[in-house]
Amino acid sequence: MTQRTDHGDFRELRLDRINRTFGSHHALRDMSLTIQVGEFVALLGPSGCGKTTALNCLAGLLPLSSGAIWLDDRRIDVLPSEKRGFGMVFQNYALFPHMSVRKNIGFGLAMRGVAKREIAERVDRAIRMVQLGQHADKLPGQLSGGQQQRVAIARAIVIEPPLVLMDEPLSNLDAKLRLEMRAEIRRIHTSVGRATVYVTHDQEEALSLADRIVVMKDGLVRQVGTPEDLYHRPANLDVARFMGFRNELAGEAEGNVIRHRDVALQGVRRDAGATRQAVAVFRPEDLEPVAAGANGIPVTVTAVEYGGREFHLTGVTAGGVELLARSRERVVVGDRLTLGVAPEQVLMFDAGGDAAPRGFAAAAE
Amino acid sequence: MTVDALPAATLPERQPVRIDRAAWLALPAVIFVLALFIFPFGYGLVLSFSPLEAAQGWLANYAKFFADPAYYGTIAKTLWLALPATLINVGASVPIAYRMRVPSGGQRFVTTLLVIPITLGTVLIADGLLTYLGPQGWVNRILLGLGLVDSPIRLVHNYTGVLLSLVVSGFPFTFLLTLSYITGIDPVLAQAARTLGAGPWRQFKEIYFPLLLPGLAVAFCLTFVQAFSVFPSAVLLGAPAGATRVISIAAYEAAFENYDFPMASAVAMIMGLVQLAITVLVLSGRRLVYRGPVGGGKG
Ligand SMILES: Nc1ncnc2c1ncn2[C@@H]1O[C@H](COP(=O)(O)OP(=O)(O)OP(=O)(O)O)[C@@H](O)[C@H]1O
Ligand SMILES: [Mg+2]
Repeated sequence: MTQRTDHGDFRELRLDRINRTFGSHHALRDMSLTIQVGEFVALLGPSGCGKTTALNCLAGLLPLSSGAIWLDDRRIDVLPSEKRGFGMVFQNYALFPHMSVRKNIGFGLAMRGVAKREIAERVDRAIRMVQLGQHADKLPGQLSGGQQQRVAIARAIVIEPPLVLMDEPLSNLDAKLRLEMRAEIRRIHTSVGRATVYVTHDQEEALSLADRIVVMKDGLVRQVGTPEDLYHRPANLDVARFMGFRNELAGEAEGNVIRHRDVALQGVRRDAGATRQAVAVFRPEDLEPVAAGANGIPVTVTAVEYGGREFHLTGVTAGGVELLARSRERVVVGDRLTLGVAPEQVLMFDAGGDAAPRGFAAAAE
Repeated sequence: MTVDALPAATLPERQPVRIDRAAWLALPAVIFVLALFIFPFGYGLVLSFSPLEAAQGWLANYAKFFADPAYYGTIAKTLWLALPATLINVGASVPIAYRMRVPSGGQRFVTTLLVIPITLGTVLIADGLLTYLGPQGWVNRILLGLGLVDSPIRLVHNYTGVLLSLVVSGFPFTFLLTLSYITGIDPVLAQAARTLGAGPWRQFKEIYFPLLLPGLAVAFCLTFVQAFSVFPSAVLLGAPAGATRVISIAAYEAAFENYDFPMASAVAMIMGLVQLAITVLVLSGRRLVYRGPVGGGKG
């Protein structure tokens, strides 16, 4: 009763407007995405945005409400999970507690009816790859979190799946181990992976690991692009906020200038400029005390934290807007100073993003 | 909370405590067990070694038990009822509980429904079965109506009657126990097995069953002990003088027909010993299988 699940090599995996609803809740809306062989794609988004749902739909653990998934020209969303043959690393690892490390890793091969000899060889190779040599005969309960995670990865890749799915595999590890495992995951992807989809809510992790990042919010794909794209050229306010543009100044836009009370800030218009009401965003790292002048915002310092190389300060504008900035010089609470930011670091978006009400611009005039 | 308040809020230094205070909470339970279990047990044990005719020596009751087939035969008769009943109950519970492992309205309905017979007690069940299974009961009328049998078949006052009543009265308990063990197994394990290519049968065989085994051993023992001490239904539904003369009937006769309490105690001790032996046997088998937590790893 063995079934062939090996898809061999493939060119691309295509999600065609997939939807998933839970009752009246739309967890995934019209998600479309094409993943090329060899690609490392990260799904990035805040908690509850539908990342795990998307992964489960891909793995076949959740049926789609509508849409289709194609592996080249084969439609696979109709296949049950056990026939898709994608490797999955679960968020909580889901190791079989009653099986040794070796048995866990060999499970997928045994289910495929691979001969015992070959299973032993391939499992040994996988164990070596994730450096678990001396732990091969332990039960999962006897391993540390990082070791368990490596077992979970080995178990998913040993079947040589066309696609490896990982659901926040590093979220429970300490900072040091997380960095080590990050490098290891990337290395494993390069040496085996035909394609990897990696779910995370940590933008830094996504930026450092992925070839391409898919940013999601409320079940919608908000932007797809390379890490550089997203970091420097977020397409909308949601993505900008997620990419660390934590300062926001709302006001009236005129060309490339936004006016907020008596502050005029020059920036780069990132969307069509349909409304006069706009939001300018910029990173704390790009905002620092300057001598009064162009692109300056007068503030009163309300909090200062020591951050090693520099001070992290919070200032409030005359209009009551809180801004985060960096300073090399020591500043103290109560200081009045001017914070400046280079125009090319200021991104301007229509207020309200995509959902801006039609009459808004007219009403403002 | 101000920073100044912090030192005051730190815990006073702990005195080394010899006896954990929480241990005293167990005191009522300890007294309860002593009064209701240990004492009667010790009393019965001593009594069983003090035969009515003291001249025959302290082991006389036990010697009598193993010399008389009317006595020692009850062990086999009781096992012959209790073991099949337990196997049927455990065996039927597993697939049904497996099908119902996902919480749903159906699961709640069935569990509620099954609690009722547990609260009814064995006598009421035996009484009900007597009418249903009797020559004029529904089971026979349906069988006759369908033309499956020519004359009413005998389902009561024999082995079948008692076995059926043991199954009916034991099943709810076994099932609920099994269900609670199965729902304790993290379903994400089966999902992981699915992504690795395991179909429904392999998911059961490789994941659920091995993780369920230790729990099943416990369910088996508890069901067995209940079935082994069967009394009311063996009398009401069985043939208490023949095929279903179980060990508890022998004890009852010794005590209340022959007024030989020491002999009755000896029978009760032997009954307890058999139950203990089977329980120890089954539970020690658990040592051979995995018995740890049934979760999926961290978290
Ligand atoms: N089985 C379910 N029934 C009902 N709603 C669900 C179910 N699973 C998920 N949801 C809802 O769908 C939305 C997306 O959930 P999902 O688990 O995909 O989030 P996520 O992006 O993985 O979040 P996190 O980063 O916290 O893991 C959430 O609002 C969640 O409440
Ligand atoms: Mg999730």
